[in-house]
Order: sequence, then C-alpha cells, then structure tokens
Amino acid sequence: MSNIKYILGSFGDPDEMLHGIEKLQENNIKIHDVYTPMPIHGIEAKLGIKRSRLDMLAFFCGITGTVSAFALIYLTSVVDWRNNIGGKPAFALPDFIPIMFELTILFTAFGLVLSYYASTHLFPGRAPRVMDLRATDDRFIIAVDAQLNAEHSKIDGLLKDAGAIEVKHNERKYISYE
Amino acid sequence: MSGHNESILREPLITGRDITYAKITSDILEPVENKPNRAWWIGFIAALCGATLWLVAVSYTFWNGIGSWGLNKTVGWAWDITGFVWWVGIGHAGTLISAVLLLFRQNWRNSINRSAEAMTIFAVICAATYVVSHMGRPWLAYWVLPLPNQFGSLWVNFNSPLVWDMFAISTYFSVSLLFWYTGLLPDIATIRDRAVGLRRKIYTIFSFGWNGNVKTWQRFETVSLILAGISTPLVLSVHTIVSMDFATSVIPGWHTTIFPPYFVAGAIFSGFAMVLTLLLVARKVLGLENYITMFHIESMNKIIILTGSIVGVAYITEFFIAWYSGSEYEAYAFVNRSTGPYWWAYWMMMTCNVISPQLLWFKKIRLSIPATWILSIVVNIGMWFERFVIIVTSLHRDYLPSSWAMFYPTWVDVSVFVGSIGVFFTLFLLFLRVLPSIAIAEVKIILKSSSEQAKLKQIKEGHLDKTYVKEYVESLEKFDSVKQEDYAKI
Repeated sequence: MSNIKYILGSFGDPDEMLHGIEKLQENNIKIHDVYTPMPIHGIEAKLGIKRSRLDMLAFFCGITGTVSAFALIYLTSVVDWRNNIGGKPAFALPDFIPIMFELTILFTAFGLVLSYYASTHLFPGRAPRVMDLRATDDRFIIAVDAQLNAEHSKIDGLLKDAGAIEVKHNERKYISYE
Repeated sequence: MSGHNESILREPLITGRDITYAKITSDILEPVENKPNRAWWIGFIAALCGATLWLVAVSYTFWNGIGSWGLNKTVGWAWDITGFVWWVGIGHAGTLISAVLLLFRQNWRNSINRSAEAMTIFAVICAATYVVSHMGRPWLAYWVLPLPNQFGSLWVNFNSPLVWDMFAISTYFSVSLLFWYTGLLPDIATIRDRAVGLRRKIYTIFSFGWNGNVKTWQRFETVSLILAGISTPLVLSVHTIVSMDFATSVIPGWHTTIFPPYFVAGAIFSGFAMVLTLLLVARKVLGLENYITMFHIESMNKIIILTGSIVGVAYITEFFIAWYSGSEYEAYAFVNRSTGPYWWAYWMMMTCNVISPQLLWFKKIRLSIPATWILSIVVNIGMWFERFVIIVTSLHRDYLPSSWAMFYPTWVDVSVFVGSIGVFFTLFLLFLRVLPSIAIAEVKIILKSSSEQAKLKQIKEGHLDKTYVKEYVESLEKFDSVKQEDYAKI
C-alpha cells in the first residue's frame, strides 16, 4: 500500500468531468469532493448534496429585522418618548414602513451572508484547502480518497476514459499548506 | 449544462475564436498581475490631485463650517444635496445590473456587473461624504442614529424622511458591499492560486479560504439569488426615500407624488450613463473587447433611451400637474424654473436628459463608441443639472419676494464637487489594479453556451435553419471584435 492520499482527475471541460463523476459512481467509487472554477449546474444532484436551507434562514432573519424595526420605533416614539409633531398621531404606522423595510433587508443580507460564511468555513485569513491550484483557473477536479478506494489503476483508467487531461496522485491532502 | 445549445438568434456574449477558460482568467487578470501602464498612471495621478482637492475643501468646511459654502438664508440646500443625490443616483446601476438583471436571467450582465458594483460602492461613498459634511457639525454625525436619550439628543424622529434616508443609504451601502465581496471571493481565490510570495499571502487573507468545492458553489448560488431578490426592492426603495426628502416637504416644486418613480428612473438613467463612461474606456485600455462587446454597449444604450424617456415624461407630467392642480404657487415654481433666472439650468437639463438621449434611437449612434461615450457624459451633466434645478430653483424664490435670492457657489463648493469626482476615480482606478474588473467565474459559465465560438461550432455542425444563421451573421456586423471576413463564406 502506497502513501498516496488522494487521486485527482483533472478535466478541462465541465461536461467531461460530469461524465467522469458518472463513471466513478457506476463503479461504486466514492467521490471525496469536486473543485471547479465556476458553479456547475446539476452537479449537486449527482453527488447527492442536499438542498441548502439558507433560504429559510434568510426568511427568518428578514422577519427578525421587520419585528426589530417595528419594536424600536414603537417603543421609542410611541411608548417611551412620545413627541408632539405638529399634532400628528404618535403611532403613525405608514411612517414606520420605510425603516421596517430597510431593516428587513439589512437583517436578511447580513444573516444570510454571515451564515453562509460560517457554514462553508469562509473567514478572513483562513488557510485555503486547495488540492490543485488550477481548480480556480481552468481545471475541473474530481478528488477520490485513495485510502478508501484501493484499486488505484482502475480509478486512473476510469478518469482517463472520461476525458481527464491528467490524473495526479497526491501524497498530501492539501497542497496549498506550506 | 451544455447539453442544450443556446438559440443561434441570440448575439454572442463573448467574442473571439480561441477563448478557453485559461484565456479568460489571464485576459481579465492582465491588469492585476502586471505593472500598470502609462495611461493608468496619468489617470491615477490626475484623480489623486482631485482627491487631494476634496480633502482640502472638506477639511476647510469642517473647520470653518457651512458658511464657507455659497448658501444663504433663502437657498439653504444647493451643491451639497445636488452632489449627494447625483452620486446616489450613479450608485444605482451597479445593484440594478447585478440584482435585477440576474433575476431576469440577462446573461449579458455577467461581464459588466463586477465593475458596475464597484462603481456603486464608490459612488455611495462619495454621496455619504456629502451627507456628513453638510451637517454643519460633522463630529456629531452619529446623532442621526437612533441612540438612547442619554447620548445628548432625543430619540431621532422616525417620521422624518431624513432618518429614513440614513437607514436606506446605510443599508444600501452595506448590502451592496456584501453582495460585491461575496461575488469577488472566487475571483480573489483565482488570483491567490496564481500568485506567489507576499501577493499570495495578501490574497489568501482576502479570499477567505475559498476553494471552489461543490457545497460552497451550491450555497454561493443560493446566496447570490436571495441577495439579488432582496436587492431589487432595496435599490428601488433607496431612491424612493431620497426623493421623499423632497416630496414630503411642502415646498412648491418638491411636493409631488411623482417623485419616487421619477427619481428611480433618473437614478438608473445616470447610473447606466456612468457605467458606459467608465467601461468604454476600461474596455479599450484593458483590452477587454471580447468580453464587453458591442452587444453590451447597445443593450445599455437601450436602457438609457428607456429611462431617459421615462424621465422626460416625468418632467412633462410635473409641468402639466403644476398647471392642472390649480395651485398658483406650484404653477409659479414651474414657470420660474423654465423662464426665470435659472432658465439656462432648466434647459440644460431638458436638452441633456430628454432630447440628446433620443439620438440613441439611431442604430449608427447607438453603435458608435465615441458618440455613446460623449452622450453618456452629456447624460451625467444633465442629471447633475436636474438635481440642481429641483433643489435651487424651488428654493431661491420663496413666499416673500424680499427674500428672493440667487445661489453663487464659492471655491469650496466647487472644490468639494470636483474633488469628489477625484475620490471616485482614485478608488475606481485602484480597484482596476487590485481586483478583477470582470467577474471571472461568471464569464466562464457562459463560455460554452453563449460565446461566438460555440455558435460557430453550431453553425458548422449544420442542422440549423438557414434564415436564422443568416440573421445571426448579420447581427455580428455591429461587433468591432468579430472578424467579419470569417463569416463571408457562411
């Protein structure tokens, strides 16, 4: 048994890569992950990735924003510190709407983006876990865990047949760590 | 994904014959990965001089107060708010392009959204500086925030459109920034993975560890779509609220219900004009003709005709209502606007915003780069005058003829305005140097479906209706980046 950790199939074309995923799956080879320079439609269904629940989260963040804005305005200008502004009613709901709307958007955007960063572990200065440096440029990379799948030459063959430009055997998981 | 081809009737969004994913990356990163050329330095130094002038003028205002401007007891708002509304308006195109066009699945947005969003952010920064400096006591700017009474002021008045505006502008700025930065992450990662040494370290920090795996991309798309969905009403709300700064007052000429839609149309109008002003130059200097094609320019010109005409209809409607309302003050405000001492500003606005954009109905003008560039600047001048007309001409003759006055700007007024243009260009030129001016990943998505080479492949494969092919080839004639002789035999 060698000390190869990951086998990477490097494709130059997204359709060939999708074909490569199918080939591997037909042969019951588990795919570790796929790295691409752009979003590929249909790939998450192939890899069995569940639908993101960020949309639901965004909705609840938005509702929180609406309620917070209303609470802030109501508690300050109706309950706590009622001002006589030209004799107009303190509880002037139409006037509250612009701020309620803006805070809805603000809370949705921040809640959504910050949870996205948290759920995909994105934050300033995080060491990039990159398996192939060209995955952000012009290559579509399928990574297979070499320890779990013993038949290395078969994997190589399948990837090559699907159209991989090169197949790499990496002894380190992430080449970006220095 | 490319299992089905895009219709041949659609114009290509990427021209050129040998475009590969690698070529897209290196073409777009060319200005980022190399030393800047002379044109950039000249522009940057000029912009920096402007920014310095801005710093001097704003510091002078902070030190001496608003008295250093040409305001008087009748005209209490002039170049400051004109500049503010002008910049906020310009700041509308970015989010419109990135959000509204995303929802409508207009793929041509993919190569212009990044720089338009950057422009938005810089324009809103310029606008925000006006808000702070016109406050008189800018060190108390935080008083516009809803702070508890212990901070020295009462709770803000939530019925005031100025408070709404604070919420709208700050929400707009921060949401635009999030949208822009999240979209930038994959592209910063691209720069990072191609760089070495210190550059790699810096881009590593800013790339947030992006690696482009499946889950990250899948959620990225969800996030982009939701952000687009919420930014669309946001962008409309911002200028609506800006217009309410005027519309909820009782000043004749301001107190109009047409203001929100009219301001929003004007904002899109001026925003697209500014995008064209910047991109027509950037495209040439950075050699991006294959990505920002004549189709993009024509599409933006069409939006300019549409929004310019909406603005024109709004001007005329305002006039009609001023007469039809039977309010003599309202009628006077408008007669004074067009024939009073500020007639030249009014007609400048009418010419630049309503009459000259109509030239874009001519295909020749719409497809001429010099003509488009000049018209885009004319629109920007016109939109500045629109705000000046609305603000100053409505104020300068108030209810008491003894207090009628004219507004004369001082050197500080002029310097703050000219300087803010310098600040804007300084930021934009820096952006072109350190970040990709086109969204690399998004352009790669459309390479296999909407590029000239993909369409050519379809034609060569046959199976296409001859009349459609003919129509397509004819549509290519307007592209300056397509080699026409290649299509002579088809």
